[in-house]
Amino acid sequence: MREFLDSIGYDSWVLLALLVIPALAAMGIWVHGAMLGDNDARDRASGTPRQIALWAFIIEFVVSLGLWWSYDPSTAAMQATLDLTWIPSWGVRFALGIDGISLMMVLLTTFLMPLAVLGSWTSIRIKRHSYYALLLLLTTGMLGVFVARDLFLFYVMWEMMLVPMYFIIGIWGGERRIYATMKFFIYTMVGSLLMLVAIVYLGIKAGGGTGPNFAYDAVQRMAGSGGMTSLFGAMVPASFLMFFAFALAFAIKVPMFPFHTWLPDAHVEAPTAGSVILAGIMLKMGTYGFLRFALPFFPDAAMHPAIRTTFLVLGTVGVLYGALVAMVQPDFKKLVAYSSVSHLGFVMLGIFALTTQSIQGALMIMINHGISTGALFLLIGMIYERRHTRELAAYGGIARVVPLFAALLTFVSLSSIGLPGTNGFVGEFLVLLGSFQTAPYLATFATMGVIFAAAYLLWAIQRIIFNRLDRAENEHIPDLNARELALMLPLVAVILWLGIYPAPVLRRMEASAQQLVTQVSGVAPAANVASAGNP
Amino acid sequence: MLLQHEVSAAAHPLAGTVVEWLWLLPLLPLLGFVINGLLSLVPATVLGPGDPDMAHGADGAHGEAGHGVAVHAHETADEHGAHGDDHHPVVRHRFAWLASIVGPAVLAIAFGLAVAMFFAMRGAGGGEMHAPFVQRYFSWMPAGTFHLDAAFQLDQLSMLMVLVITGVGTLIHLFSIGYMQDDPGYPRFFAYLNLFVAFMLVLVLGANYPVLFVGWEGVGLCSYLLIGFWFSEKANADAGKKAFIVNRIGDFGLLIAMFLLFANLGTLDFVAVNENVTRLAFGGPLITTICLFMFLGCTGKSAQIPLYIWLPDAMAGPTPVSALIHAATMVTAGVYLIARSSVLFSMAPVAGLTVTVIGALTAIFAATIGLKQWDIKKVLAYSTVSQLGYMFMGVGSGAYVAGVFHLATHAFFKALLFLGSGSVIFAMHAAYHHTGSHEDAQDMRNMGGLAPYMRVTWILMWIATLAIAGVPFFAGFFSKDEILGSLFLRAHDSTLADARWLGIPGSAVLYGAYALGLAAALLTAIYMTRMMIYTFHGPNRTGEKERDHLHEAPWIMTGPLVVLGILSAVGGWLNLPAITSFLGPVGALDRWLEPVVGESALRVTNGVAPEATHSTELALVGGAVAIALLGIIIAAVRLKPARLVPKAQSPEEHGIERVLANKYYVDEAYDRVVVEPTVGLSRGVLWKGIDQGIIDNVLVNGSARLARGFSSLGSWVQSGQIGTYAWVLVIGVLAVLGAFTIR
Amino acid sequence: MLAEAIFFSAVLFTIGVIGVLTRRNAIIIFMCVELMLNAVNLSFVAFARAYGVAGQVFVFFVMTVAAAEAAVGLAIIIAMFRHKQTVNLQNINILKG
Repeated sequence: MREFLDSIGYDSWVLLALLVIPALAAMGIWVHGAMLGDNDARDRASGTPRQIALWAFIIEFVVSLGLWWSYDPSTAAMQATLDLTWIPSWGVRFALGIDGISLMMVLLTTFLMPLAVLGSWTSIRIKRHSYYALLLLLTTGMLGVFVARDLFLFYVMWEMMLVPMYFIIGIWGGERRIYATMKFFIYTMVGSLLMLVAIVYLGIKAGGGTGPNFAYDAVQRMAGSGGMTSLFGAMVPASFLMFFAFALAFAIKVPMFPFHTWLPDAHVEAPTAGSVILAGIMLKMGTYGFLRFALPFFPDAAMHPAIRTTFLVLGTVGVLYGALVAMVQPDFKKLVAYSSVSHLGFVMLGIFALTTQSIQGALMIMINHGISTGALFLLIGMIYERRHTRELAAYGGIARVVPLFAALLTFVSLSSIGLPGTNGFVGEFLVLLGSFQTAPYLATFATMGVIFAAAYLLWAIQRIIFNRLDRAENEHIPDLNARELALMLPLVAVILWLGIYPAPVLRRMEASAQQLVTQVSGVAPAANVASAGNP
Repeated sequence: MLLQHEVSAAAHPLAGTVVEWLWLLPLLPLLGFVINGLLSLVPATVLGPGDPDMAHGADGAHGEAGHGVAVHAHETADEHGAHGDDHHPVVRHRFAWLASIVGPAVLAIAFGLAVAMFFAMRGAGGGEMHAPFVQRYFSWMPAGTFHLDAAFQLDQLSMLMVLVITGVGTLIHLFSIGYMQDDPGYPRFFAYLNLFVAFMLVLVLGANYPVLFVGWEGVGLCSYLLIGFWFSEKANADAGKKAFIVNRIGDFGLLIAMFLLFANLGTLDFVAVNENVTRLAFGGPLITTICLFMFLGCTGKSAQIPLYIWLPDAMAGPTPVSALIHAATMVTAGVYLIARSSVLFSMAPVAGLTVTVIGALTAIFAATIGLKQWDIKKVLAYSTVSQLGYMFMGVGSGAYVAGVFHLATHAFFKALLFLGSGSVIFAMHAAYHHTGSHEDAQDMRNMGGLAPYMRVTWILMWIATLAIAGVPFFAGFFSKDEILGSLFLRAHDSTLADARWLGIPGSAVLYGAYALGLAAALLTAIYMTRMMIYTFHGPNRTGEKERDHLHEAPWIMTGPLVVLGILSAVGGWLNLPAITSFLGPVGALDRWLEPVVGESALRVTNGVAPEATHSTELALVGGAVAIALLGIIIAAVRLKPARLVPKAQSPEEHGIERVLANKYYVDEAYDRVVVEPTVGLSRGVLWKGIDQGIIDNVLVNGSARLARGFSSLGSWVQSGQIGTYAWVLVIGVLAVLGAFTIR
Repeated sequence: MLAEAIFFSAVLFTIGVIGVLTRRNAIIIFMCVELMLNAVNLSFVAFARAYGVAGQVFVFFVMTVAAAEAAVGLAIIIAMFRHKQTVNLQNINILKG
């Protein structure tokens, strides 16, 4: 495989291709829509946009899959790099590259997108051209965030994915979609504006008087060599302010307690694919930002005892709080939204606990959450298409009507609960195991999250598929069709694969995670009591 | 360290033997799960009014008044679902025949394989073989210094467990063919049952704690699915969910124990942990904490105080499930875990005492509840909880072999009791089914005098009853005696006796536990005899018409009963005490398990194997036998089955009887103290208060309102009157000019 | 000479300002604005005599802009009249926030 990839020069063009393919496909859909003219009826009847989107995403996935083999897990250096001049007068370059952290996020994105299209196949009925074009543009933005090696490019991509999502929720969403999408947009925007200020400051400082330089490496070199001065009359070290600017943007995106309230609204109102992408990919940008920028750039701020403890506590609070609030939700989507808060709390705990295990575990949860929660949202979407309600109380006993749906819902819920043998366990176990070494008490509290996770999800699925079938309108729900089954099976396969044999994934992250721990903590990783006794 | 063991594994005496097929053991039932699972997804029954599966939901609607009644009512409904009803034709699954072959066959093959492995192990030295046979398959979770392999290990303890699981499992699978024959969910049932066995084998074969944990949670999952097998009744689904969540509380403890082990020893492999654990201070707070957290896991899985509450509810599942999961195998996983971690527990006397005390309290507590239950399965459920308490008394006090011995014999006689009760319920149900009655088929007040109708079941259940009561030369007599005897012997000259537990001297604790154990033995004899008398003796209360339809179960169900009956009768041969040396080889199990737990057991008793004098031993045995016989006699003399009336006409209980019948109201108390406050807090304070009230309303939307307030101020200034704008402009210009001029 | 021109320009500008502030009719206000522009033009021309030709260049610019503004402004006023049947600015407040 590697030889083949090398022979076609895969590494040199793959990342650019990943950004360009969806953009081109979006353009194709737009051209097709323009040819149809401004005609709603013809737009509604047209199956072309979803076909174009599906095939574009499948090609995208196949192209990205080569990264799995071409990636060299032995090094933490950026790979498949590409560096083009973009805006020379501002020192902005079009620089791309991936390491073990972004590799998994890229693959997660390209894996989920075709499924998101399949999940929207029949549920999107109006403005189909715009919808699929926006999905494709969104993908370019999301992938751009994960592969950008230039802060300015990163920021452009970061904002670029905001706009399509705004429209996806605002146009194809539920009843309160305008409120939800405004909240989502403004909330996220507020965070990212401060980050823009910080990026500009860092770029100028990194340029060292010869014009700004936004390259990731340059900024990190500058930050590492104490290139930042104190601001506001030496009261606050600049690195602390910069950390807060970044951390706020990312914490909102994560979303970390208490910045999470946009999420339930956005999730509930978003169409299925919107929820899948929001939960599956976009939330990961927050935690990715912490791993890529906030921690390596400003280790002194991030590892300051007070700040670190704050984040660890907020992560733990998020775990328990999200789970408890999820338990009492009457709306299934909202329940899953709060469960996201809980899962992402584990990730935050893992990141700030800063051991190799906890970082790798955090990355695993980021992937797992994308898969499992994505699958849950897809399933909710399927049942919503049939019954047009997400109220748990409106269901009950449908396992005997829709056995396939019930089996899949149970399976996916179990993976979300973190049952060993499914993906969820690997991530949570590693995060907690790793966190326990640096923050044992908080990790103990966070471990209680596994109890509540079982409580809220099992209670929810009981109210949907078990109990007595006592509503006439539930008696004739059709079971999943071939398309829906086909889109769930890859998810099921990945859930099992990551649960039973996650080692290939973990190995590809290991070098990057270890490097991060080294950079941030300033010492060699693995200062375990453990290694002392092991020959 | 890992490498060393791989080297030693290659040179292991079992290398190259049939044991190399170890991985096949769990894979076989897993294969059965896949096949049966796919079959169950095939729509093979007609949906609609003719489907009894649909109908039994409606059947359950009758008579749901009051808590206790509701429980019985839904179980009646379940049985209707299981066996169809007069009003509806019986609809069997189209592929039931295939499931009946695949389900038990995979187990039988696995059992055959296990037997072959057993002989290979005996050939390789048996009790002389000191290192476990470890097979590493692939790296599961590599993360920095943390290396975790997907690995199985086979040693004498695992071997015993594998034999029990596959052996008893096969019998119960065979029984299920008859018991579940008319259930539309037939393949699904076998799928879950196969999956359960697969996970149970992973549990006992895992070579490190996380792999064990896979099985540990996996069996919990299957338990959840099987308890809620007839999920159309809310009570069944509730019971399944309760089992899972309560078990999760225990799993939390096991997880913390694993984290502590890794943080302090850097490994989670059994072999490596056992080698390194001596680095920790003996009896120190660390090792005690680890053991206590681990024991929290055991209390969940093995239904001990305070987490026992799920097991009685778990009887909502089909009876074979109760026999396999909730009596013979899964619930003993906690005992297995402690025996497996015997090195850890032998290092922590305080933890050992805690285990003993909890075990003793559970044994007596559950036995008292068992005295007043009317549901035949509930009696057995509380009996199981009580017997598990005995096992914990054994492993807690460092008598690991005694605990495991009781685990094995209990698997025989309790499986027999459950399957026997299943046979009774099957007969009762068939009788009620014929007459279309909706009486409770599990309530002993509706039974009575069944002995003439089902001779085989009657005899076999008496064997099991004598075994559990501890009547000499039946299996339970030897194992229970060994536990009580070792408690007595360890009350002096052991690390436990020298330790203090909550300020109480360890020896006093052990003597107390011994006394409680004896008392529980008395109660066991009483409630078991009571169950037998009410079920099989005295006048029949089933009903005039129904009586004619009572008959023995088919051979596919009685066959496994007979096998279990033989095992219950002679199972004590596994580990004969010295005073019965005339029966056969003494202490076979002691010698078999010596490489696994011998060292730990010696550590508890300060390096000297405890030896009772002949007279002491005779006195102990004599006392226990006297108590067992006394219990049986009390029950036989005091109970008046003739005075019982069928359930429907029974008066309410009063006073202490009522408290016992309602299980000391523990479930209600947990609901009030734990469940309701948690849900209330989550809904009222966290969600409505903090989330919607403070964060969303005040902070998020508050900032939006603030912005809107400012903009409405600006909007008020924008009157739209151009004249006003012009005036403002001019005044502004004048002001600027003025400012510049005056300065 | 310069002083008189500036004085005259100032008087003219003030008349324009007062007209803008006090009148209601859009056409008249518009004419007053033109008056102000021309007052400025006058001072430009006057200064151009003293300081060089740059001022005259500006006057041409202002006149061009004023012509364009007149075209657009009058068009708006006519459109508004068609819409509201009045050019009284008190009755027109569609800019209200």
